[in-house]
Amino acid sequence: MHVIESGNVAAANGVKLARAHVVAAYPITPQTPLTEKLSEFVDAGEMDAEYIPVESEHSALSVCIAASSAGSRPFTATSANGLLYMSEQLHWAAGARLPIVMCVVNRGIGAPWTVWNDQQDAFSQRDAGWVQLFACDHQQIIDTVIQAYAIAETVSIPVMVCYDGYILSHTYMPFEIPDSDTVDGFLPAFSPEYALNPAKPCNLNTVTLPDIRPDVRGDTAPGYMEIRHNLHTDMREALNVIKTVDEKFYSIFGRGGHCFIEPYNCEDAEYIAVCIGSLSYQLRDVVDALRQDRIKIGVCGLRVYRPFPDEAIRETFKSAKGIIVLEKALSYGYEGALYADIKAALYDCDNRPFIHNYILGLGGREIKTQQLLDALRQSCTIDIPVPQWIGLKM
Amino acid sequence: MTQKNFACRISRSEPGPGDGGRTGSWRVLRPVIDLEKCIPAKRNKPACFTCWLYCPDGCITRTIPPTIDYEYCKGCEICAEECPVGAITMVEETVFIKEEK
Repeated sequence: MHVIESGNVAAANGVKLARAHVVAAYPITPQTPLTEKLSEFVDAGEMDAEYIPVESEHSALSVCIAASSAGSRPFTATSANGLLYMSEQLHWAAGARLPIVMCVVNRGIGAPWTVWNDQQDAFSQRDAGWVQLFACDHQQIIDTVIQAYAIAETVSIPVMVCYDGYILSHTYMPFEIPDSDTVDGFLPAFSPEYALNPAKPCNLNTVTLPDIRPDVRGDTAPGYMEIRHNLHTDMREALNVIKTVDEKFYSIFGRGGHCFIEPYNCEDAEYIAVCIGSLSYQLRDVVDALRQDRIKIGVCGLRVYRPFPDEAIRETFKSAKGIIVLEKALSYGYEGALYADIKAALYDCDNRPFIHNYILGLGGREIKTQQLLDALRQSCTIDIPVPQWIGLKM
Repeated sequence: MTQKNFACRISRSEPGPGDGGRTGSWRVLRPVIDLEKCIPAKRNKPACFTCWLYCPDGCITRTIPPTIDYEYCKGCEICAEECPVGAITMVEETVFIKEEK
């Protein structure tokens, strides 16, 4: 069924189709309409789920952690300071290996208060041990939410589905809501490897000592370091899982095929602009304009930030002359985090392209197409110190 | 997946002795029961057992006389504090190390 709806409603429909059992969320702009929609679904009996109102984001994720430990399929969503308020539980959910799915509707972080879009919230949680997927339009939002459960439940790692606040969350766009039977075929009911069971009591995530220890049966139980190592190796393995899930999704729904990097005009590109989220679609217009001036440039939208798709990045970027990374986030005192990660991924290439970095759109500062055009043209012509700022008025 | 089962991915424990390791090695002070003062031992009756009730790690038996499992007793001193007749004294572990030598 095709509809014209907001990005938040697209996400809510994805959650409904994924048959989440438990929804716990605390309202925060620009995420609020998403959870409002879910509460409407539950109230109308369209969704067989428990909607648990909570007093904070910390509690929202705690409820999801408990629900997931008991073997159910939970969902939560947040933005900006709400995500940061969850921070402790974010690390807990990952360490406890719970396949929770959460939408992060990207918004700038206070202070000073802003409710508008940038991506500092999700980027600041890069190392929490969650898979971080990004959507560029409404269709990708609903599709990615459904895929996120398949990925999370395969690798036992929680997944964030991130999309730009307002630009995607509150704008209306046509998209297809897939048929629920088809989604059931793609995403079977959740059967956890291990869940809380009163008939067989146990403690989960008990204190670890610096070394390994024998358990009650005399088997070796993993220590903290082994558990962390396993999270890391499974996170790397998640790259293969993301690919497999995308291929399966493509074969059923006919959408997808670019699970790590979504390229546009990159086949013969000498220069490639790189970014995460909806900006990559805005950049397509810019690239088209530059192509008319015979500048061989393309754009790549990254769909996954963690696990970092370094191999795909090397494969796509290795023959380019220059890479231009545009970011709505910044690692204060250094440079854009995505820029630093891409530089590191390309370090082993024989002919490393030059890499530029632009910071833009913080706190919802408007990104004008003309500014992007000037910036990319500049990067294709001269060497510049990094990071550069676009749209800064001082 | 690199791991065969979920148990390798998280830290979990089932009820049973010793799942936290042999915690007796943490002990600095060892509780020692004076059977001359201990109520069930003195009367040869199943009485009192306050130490058994209070031990947070279940290291004391409900027997006549009560015994303490030093393999797991952390030496928290709660039994000595709670004993109504002061039959349990805490003795420095170094004394026993010297004896063992």
